[in-house]
Amino acid sequence: MANLKLTSVDKTYGGTVNVLKDINLDIETGELIVFVGPSGCGKSTLLRMIAGLEQITAGTLEIDGMVVNDVPPSERGIAMVFQSYALYPHMTVFDNMAFAMRIAKKPEAEIKERVEAAARTLQLHNLLDRLPKELSGGQRQRVAIGRSIVRDPKVYLFDEPLSNLDAALRVATRIEIAQLKEAMPNSTMIYVTHDQVEAMTLASRIVVLAGGGIAQVGSPLELYETPENEFVAQFIGSPAMNLLPGEIVETGERTRVRMAGGGEALSSVPSLPEDMGKTVNIGVRPEDFVAAAEGASFIYQGKVNITEALGEVTILYFHVEGDGKAVIAKLPGIHKELRNLDVRLTADPSKVHVFDDTQSLLYRDRPKKKIVSGLH
Amino acid sequence: MDGIAGRKSGLTWAVHISVVVLVAAWLFPTLGLFVSSFRTGDQISTSGWWAALFTQERQEPAERLSGEEIERDGLFVIEGELFPGRDMQVSAWGTSAREPTAYGAGQTVDLDDGDKLTLSETGQFVLTGPDSFEGERLPRVFATAASPPEFTLDNYNNVLFSTTAGAGVGQSFINTLTVAIPATIIPIVVAAFAAYALAWMQFPGRALLIAAVVALLVVPLQLALIPLLQIHNGIGIGKGYLGTWLAHTAFGMPLAIYLLRNYMVGLPRDIIENAKVDGATDFQIFVKIILPLSFPALASFAIFQFLWTWNDLLVALVFLGTDDETLVLTGRLVNLLGSRGGDWEILATSAFVSIAVPLVVFFSMQRFLVRGLLAGSVK
Repeated sequence: MANLKLTSVDKTYGGTVNVLKDINLDIETGELIVFVGPSGCGKSTLLRMIAGLEQITAGTLEIDGMVVNDVPPSERGIAMVFQSYALYPHMTVFDNMAFAMRIAKKPEAEIKERVEAAARTLQLHNLLDRLPKELSGGQRQRVAIGRSIVRDPKVYLFDEPLSNLDAALRVATRIEIAQLKEAMPNSTMIYVTHDQVEAMTLASRIVVLAGGGIAQVGSPLELYETPENEFVAQFIGSPAMNLLPGEIVETGERTRVRMAGGGEALSSVPSLPEDMGKTVNIGVRPEDFVAAAEGASFIYQGKVNITEALGEVTILYFHVEGDGKAVIAKLPGIHKELRNLDVRLTADPSKVHVFDDTQSLLYRDRPKKKIVSGLH
Repeated sequence: MDGIAGRKSGLTWAVHISVVVLVAAWLFPTLGLFVSSFRTGDQISTSGWWAALFTQERQEPAERLSGEEIERDGLFVIEGELFPGRDMQVSAWGTSAREPTAYGAGQTVDLDDGDKLTLSETGQFVLTGPDSFEGERLPRVFATAASPPEFTLDNYNNVLFSTTAGAGVGQSFINTLTVAIPATIIPIVVAAFAAYALAWMQFPGRALLIAAVVALLVVPLQLALIPLLQIHNGIGIGKGYLGTWLAHTAFGMPLAIYLLRNYMVGLPRDIIENAKVDGATDFQIFVKIILPLSFPALASFAIFQFLWTWNDLLVALVFLGTDDETLVLTGRLVNLLGSRGGDWEILATSAFVSIAVPLVVFFSMQRFLVRGLLAGSVK
């Protein structure tokens, strides 16, 4: 029911420590935006600034076209779900959900009606008399979500809501949140997580934050298929994308790269004549590697060091001399006795990314993001 | 520590012995006081309080027999009990002061003029004679008897309700309550507000204020007594309950604020932020969330402050004075030590009256005491 606009937002602690710098972001009504990034990237801080729990050092935050930098949290039309649930431990579920409306001095009949409606949506109606300590983790999380629904906010803010749940419950609650979003198509939601599965499954758009800035904004598949820089390329997808050094030997519609390890990679990413001879990293996702045919060109050749058989896939680790970061390939199905075998790998040109000084050649027009490496 | 595997420390026994010694050192005098407060002055002066717990044998004062005379089978008989209403075990008796243990229980003894006297083990006597006992002085009986423990509530009755014997302990008890209850409630209420502000509200100089509160913890109370009394006189409060409450409040405040602030600062930040997002003002957050969640800390400080003010003598003497109508219990005890120094039953009872309330407070709230003290140090 609201759009959100962040313009050149900065956050500085104590005048010296820069946490977030120059954040520009437009969020449309009805979107579910996920902030994702390594720990310490400022994603929770950004959410708390939107909530009004942290001062915005510079820049403006607009909700529905109104600058709300100095508006207290309760008047911004937001509701927040905390990682720790933040339920009031001495109040029953009903009182927890009714708290905000009671503060707002709404009539008791309306409170009852709204709380019960929210409780029905979240299957909490027979838990309304319980105290938070008598609930399981998943139920507590639902109460926290229900509490925000009761307030009927313009923007929902979720701060890592699933990270305290166990794996099975996390999946179930994730689906519940997706259904909730489905049921309220006009509500805007902002969701912070460090879990990329949550990000990929829930988001209409993902904001990847790194080193105090935005590394890339886009739909989940956009980030997966055309990452803007090496950071996003490696952050999205598991195992992370392989980066292999090489030198551009052919430019044009397609780019040909001679690999430092002896092979040759062909990418469907276009390049300009002045790129000729540049040292670049090519990126190939583990799942995009295929075994090269006998005599055909290959991108990487190496000896299988370790194999991990997961059943549905088999993950191969190739030992790399020097920097020690293994090249990883993910083959569908079960493959046995590949260990110590010499394997040549190649990939479809459309799956080969080319990064010039960490920036993808696809996005050469965009200003390069300053990303402090080594955060993840 | 029990869960940690490995050899038990050799000092375990030292710990156990220390605990036993400490418990004994506290428990026995208290128990002695408690038992003594239920005994008569005579009992206290003849035997120790530990003896009161067991059956004891001693020579009873001489009793002259008495009872209705009846005629049976041509003999005149008087039957009765030597110790009416008391459960005694007679072991020996006699009829003259020179030989008080001449006969055994149940023995029938010939007296003069053909009279016979039997004293059973339980103190039943049967006196028979050929002539009527009318107008005659009945014989005296000296009995050695074992009596079971015997206690009385008279001391409490005297001390609390009689104006003369206890010399106003009851009044002092009420005076002390009048001092202690408001002097506990006022600082808690004030300190809770201050502690919330110091823990959760942002304002310039907060850290300095906290440092000042901590610094005030070490200011000795005696230093401030006279200046404070002068201020009270200056602004017209003078001596009285109001001044005493204010003084206790002031002296208790640094610890109260320090304790409560440390507890409140440990409450989860998320809950308070969530309440802010929900639209609650600081006052609403304080009343609806912080206060209920801080109950253990509030209770533990309440215990401290209550015991402190209950046992206080100095502040009460200075700010309340020594008039009979306002003298507190501690002051009354001091007076009794002088005026009734020999009356152990009065002293013991008064002392127990004065520790009874702290004991009740402590035992009813001790779970909060421990929880409140540990809070903050252990998550």
